[in-house]
Amino acid sequence: MDSKRKEVLVLEDILGSNKKIASSIRQKLLEHQILAVNLLSSPGSGKTSLLEKIGQKLQGKYRVGVVEGDVETERDAERIRKIGLPAWQITTHGACHLEAKMLARIFDQIPADLDFLFIENVGNLVCPASFDLGESLRFVLLSVPEGDDKPKKYPEAFITSQVFVLTKCDLLPYLPFDRERVVKEALEINPKLKVFETSAVTGEGIEELCAFLESELEKRRVKNA
Amino acid sequence: MHEMSIVADLFTIIEEQARKSGATRVTKVKVLIGELSGVVPELFRSAFHSYKKGTIADKATLEIKVTKIKFKCHGCGKEITAKNIMDESFSYACPFCGSKDMELISGRDLYLEKLEIETS
Repeated sequence: MDSKRKEVLVLEDILGSNKKIASSIRQKLLEHQILAVNLLSSPGSGKTSLLEKIGQKLQGKYRVGVVEGDVETERDAERIRKIGLPAWQITTHGACHLEAKMLARIFDQIPADLDFLFIENVGNLVCPASFDLGESLRFVLLSVPEGDDKPKKYPEAFITSQVFVLTKCDLLPYLPFDRERVVKEALEINPKLKVFETSAVTGEGIEELCAFLESELEKRRVKNA
Repeated sequence: MHEMSIVADLFTIIEEQARKSGATRVTKVKVLIGELSGVVPELFRSAFHSYKKGTIADKATLEIKVTKIKFKCHGCGKEITAKNIMDESFSYACPFCGSKDMELISGRDLYLEKLEIETS
């Protein structure tokens, strides 16, 4: 057998196909002037509860839609529909994160006249950070019961986000959680992070977070007008 | 464990490149994995070796080069290689001028660098 062996230089981004789909989603969102937020956190840190609160607050004035990413079930989408918002469930059947192609498959169902599209990623503080979905902003959530030592343990999620939402702050009096430490540590690895301290139970911080979202939406619309 | 989905994308590129170059077999795959890419080299390696079965890279070896985290400081223009961002001591500030206006320029990347192929 006279087979020849040779080297081929490729230099191709392995996540290139995901990035390509993500940028076409980003382009469509821009055309429709929709602000899309990708929410990352571990399971049970309160992404859906936060979205219920934000959704209720914004829905009188804005059109809001939610994409729910879960391994199985429609439970989260049903919770969102109960407060009167359209929700689309993506079940990954095992995958630990959302990818742009999963969002692309349901993208046609999302109305073009939305103002805000929230994308709740699969509960996981590691894997979703590697996949761009075409979002305008990325939020990382951490709940008080998870502990104040997490930012440096899960740096990619904090480094790739623009907003850090501390959730379940109503539990602060009951747990040994140093809120100054967690904020300091998060800012040490990403000084550009905007930090919000919230509670879906007491409503703490929800107004501030919504005001921030509104200003981001207006800022982008002025820029693109 | 998202390494398997990334390896699936890698094989799409490998098969396409192999076809383009007229390869009958891929014998070596070299990838670059950024320290901050969220990919664990060991998991990537086991995902690679279980995925390769029955593909054109069936017998291929995998070479992984881990690329360092690098920042460019907009304060003084210097490039900084972070030893380890996960270190307790890591603080996001330029060691030369103290500026926090730094941009991550390398370390998140995942690249298929080269292939070694056999042609008939």
